[in-house]
Amino acid sequence: MFLHHAVLKKGKMGKTLFEKIWDKHIVKTIDGGPSVLYIDKHFIHEVTSPQAFTGLNKRGIKVFRPGRVIATADHNVPTLNQHLPIKEELSRLQVEALKKNCAEQGIELYGLGHPFQGIVHVIGPELGITQPGMTIVCGDSHTSTHGAFGNIAFGIGTSEVEMVLATQCILQTKPKLMRINIEGQLDKAVVSKDIVLYILSQITSSGATGYAVEFAGSAIRSLSMEARMTICNMSIEMGARCGMIAPDETTFNYLKGRKFAPSGEKWERKLTYWKTLYSDKDAVFDKEITINAEDIEPMITYGTNPGMGVGITGHIPALNEIEENEKLSFEKSLAYMGLQPGTNIKGKKVDYVFIGSCTNSRIEDLRMVASFVRGKHKAADVEVWIVPGSKQVEKQAIEEGIDKIFAEAGFTLRQPGCSACLGMNEDKIPAGKYCISTSNRNFEGRQGPNARTFLASPLSAAAAAITGMVTDVREMLTSNN
Amino acid sequence: MSKGFQKIISTAVPLNIENVDTDQIIPARFLKATSRDGFGKNLFRDWRYENDDETKPKKDFILNNPAYKGRILIAAKNFGCGSSREHAAWAIKDAGFDVVVSSFFADIFKNNSLNNFLLPVTVSESFLQKIFTALEKDPQTKIEVNLREQTIRLSGSPETLSPGEGLGEAFGISAYKKTCLLNGYDDIDYLLSSKEDIIKYEAENTL
Repeated sequence: MFLHHAVLKKGKMGKTLFEKIWDKHIVKTIDGGPSVLYIDKHFIHEVTSPQAFTGLNKRGIKVFRPGRVIATADHNVPTLNQHLPIKEELSRLQVEALKKNCAEQGIELYGLGHPFQGIVHVIGPELGITQPGMTIVCGDSHTSTHGAFGNIAFGIGTSEVEMVLATQCILQTKPKLMRINIEGQLDKAVVSKDIVLYILSQITSSGATGYAVEFAGSAIRSLSMEARMTICNMSIEMGARCGMIAPDETTFNYLKGRKFAPSGEKWERKLTYWKTLYSDKDAVFDKEITINAEDIEPMITYGTNPGMGVGITGHIPALNEIEENEKLSFEKSLAYMGLQPGTNIKGKKVDYVFIGSCTNSRIEDLRMVASFVRGKHKAADVEVWIVPGSKQVEKQAIEEGIDKIFAEAGFTLRQPGCSACLGMNEDKIPAGKYCISTSNRNFEGRQGPNARTFLASPLSAAAAAITGMVTDVREMLTSNN
Repeated sequence: MSKGFQKIISTAVPLNIENVDTDQIIPARFLKATSRDGFGKNLFRDWRYENDDETKPKKDFILNNPAYKGRILIAAKNFGCGSSREHAAWAIKDAGFDVVVSSFFADIFKNNSLNNFLLPVTVSESFLQKIFTALEKDPQTKIEVNLREQTIRLSGSPETLSPGEGLGEAFGISAYKKTCLLNGYDDIDYLLSSKEDIIKYEAENTL
């Protein structure tokens, strides 16, 4: 990893991608305080919105621009038998409250049973709602996902949800700017999840706090839209306010023809604008990092924050490799995971495999897994859950016959939702069990009380499903994969 | 801290663990409420109780230690990272805290706290360590947080500090947020008063 020094220049400087979008959305700036930032799209879901609607009702005001708000139910929903009423009462009440609030306020809801229902950060892009140059917020930290299209997208709290519902604006202080360049060719079996876990292992889970991060470089440019989303998705795990990637032909080709993407003359007009969205050559970042793509191998986490990861051939740090003031937290983390300092994770037995979440539940993820497991079968004592990101992903997987490949491998294809990423519904990993997961957080108890999480790519998760242990997927690749 | 915050003098609870994420502060399974109330009893739920059993408090967890009480939570580096759930700030506030002190806060948590009149105070790592040391030596150590003057001070037991060590530090807060906290205003009040500007912006920015 190479750390650049910010160069201070005099005179007129170019703008960063972030600044181009930010400046265009400022309604006004308070002296010595934040700016009033206009929000183009506001996604809401059942868990972080009810108190915001209650707040509006208490103030006696209506949603200001309901046409800019899109709702779905994802965090709490069951991933089996979605046609039946939700069994768990509190979850059902939350989902019903969302339905009632949306109906009262004239907000479009893609709820359970709707063909567009799914994880909020999966459906926005696939419906073409998410577009370059926008400002996007949602009461969910993984809103950073949408930044893959070259927009400013960030997670907010419920008071801020109320703010945006009330005024379509939010008060924000301009963050510092960081660029992370990934240059060069990725090794075989190294995918975008490995890139972001590698960045995290280098800069830690607080390495980008206070920054908006732009991901750039030849390795990023070579990625598909869905792969780019995986990287921006996890920029919050570095603490970043948002993550973004400049739009290019990959972005435009992905968007063209999608349900809510502009068409005809409007498409041409937007496209002309979108093509201006990149960081100028002389734009200055507060911090810049360059990483060689060749240094990245399939990654796996061993600890209880996403920055605690290593390459699959690496080892868990030994105690003498840890800074003195970090030893307590490190030991607490390994005790929770039931792992020893200085040992390998490769070969460690896994009990569950979870392929899903807003990080890795898109059709390309499912295709990647299907193409790897075709003709293979899961290890006997491993439970494998595949949870598609949306109804559309699920439908496409069935149309492509991916569901049959999973069934033959002994995997269960469930219905869309956040599921075992955060264990709000009944999809929990039992206490003490190990789960290799394509989700974004390995926090204590995240997947269920005392559950233990290894974060990895869909490919590494699929390999573990077959062998029953943490595996270097490269050793299993044949010319057919 | 009710609306209209000035100064707090209180004993404090030291939570010396780095990278505390909001899933620890309030686990996801407690996010199913549709009101803002009552999250305090589930604050740090899985660190407080064995097997989720309220009759089995974990003795070594600081919130279960009767020696430590107060309205100020002293936290370690990168507090509040992870999920954007405002329920984390609600839970801390509902459990009786008005101030959280750390050397480094995660972004969204900090905003959520300010929006709930829970004051996040960022101090230097060295001063934070002084606070932890003082509290370890004497749980009765009092801390004074003065928002108007933007200062935090260890008081009550100066003998717990080594000679020559500073007792206090200044902290930063945006002038706007300070005014809000001192007067009990919130951002929504401000934005609602800016409606004309917002409508004007919309008219001028159709793409």
